[in-house]
Amino acid sequence: MSRLIRLDETGHTTLAEWSMEDRAAFEDAVVAFRAELDRGYFGIASLPDGRAEQIRELPFDAPTVILRRPIAGG
Amino acid sequence: MSTAVPAAYGALEGLPERETVHWRRRVDARSLRRRGRWWTATTVAHTVPFICAAIALGVLEPVTIPVSLALLAHAWAIPELYAARGANVLRPRRAAGAGPERRALLLLGDLIDDRARTLHAATGLVLERGELGTWILGEAGAVLVRPDGRRVFCYCVKASASDLPAGDRIAHLLLALRVNERDFATVANLAFSGAPWRLRRRLRPGQRGALRAALAR
Repeated sequence: MSRLIRLDETGHTTLAEWSMEDRAAFEDAVVAFRAELDRGYFGIASLPDGRAEQIRELPFDAPTVILRRPIAGG
Repeated sequence: MSTAVPAAYGALEGLPERETVHWRRRVDARSLRRRGRWWTATTVAHTVPFICAAIALGVLEPVTIPVSLALLAHAWAIPELYAARGANVLRPRRAAGAGPERRALLLLGDLIDDRARTLHAATGLVLERGELGTWILGEAGAVLVRPDGRRVFCYCVKASASDLPAGDRIAHLLLALRVNERDFATVANLAFSGAPWRLRRRLRPGQRGALRAALAR
């Protein structure tokens, strides 16, 4: 089961979940993902080597995609 | 989280936040060395005149020895204030409610390994190894310990949302760092650079274990 998670004031919120068999759930996740990008969130998918990748489209096969706010120097 | 994400998913090269500081040169090992030397030179330039004036006054006019002592105190205080500013980047911020803090910790725990989890439980800080060195991530800043362990760079950097729980603030920095370490260091504002022992003295006792662990790597 893949998850789309948003980092927010509640700790985190799971916005969508989908599986390889459930295409409709994935389409809902894509809509939610794009809506959060429009709100200024950035999508992050983790790579097996421990790095992460900033993404603009929701990967169907990524186990977890996290939405974060921009960072800035303090 | 083990599946590779192909670049076809609109993956970006680095951090989009770098656009907000487009005038800055991208940080690399060479620029860090230069920046470190510049910090040392600046500190020397700020303190040596006070020391010279203190010695000159004391020698030329012994009655001014109290003034000399005040000047020496200044010479001592300036580097200490710099180091305190560096340690301040790891200072914990105001906590959110217990529920959000717990949920944020659960997610942060998923992002790091057992060793990092243990260290976070003890210090409130997360260690992450990078190409530029080992990073210590706090809620509103990060410390880079260079691979030779002779210099640290303290950066002010935080998530733009102010109402996040502590674990989420660290997760923001961790994810951005993992996307692109050099961009992360470029976006962040340098607050201090110097020897680790100078930073250590100014860290909260509970946080010193993180610096020790970073130096041991």
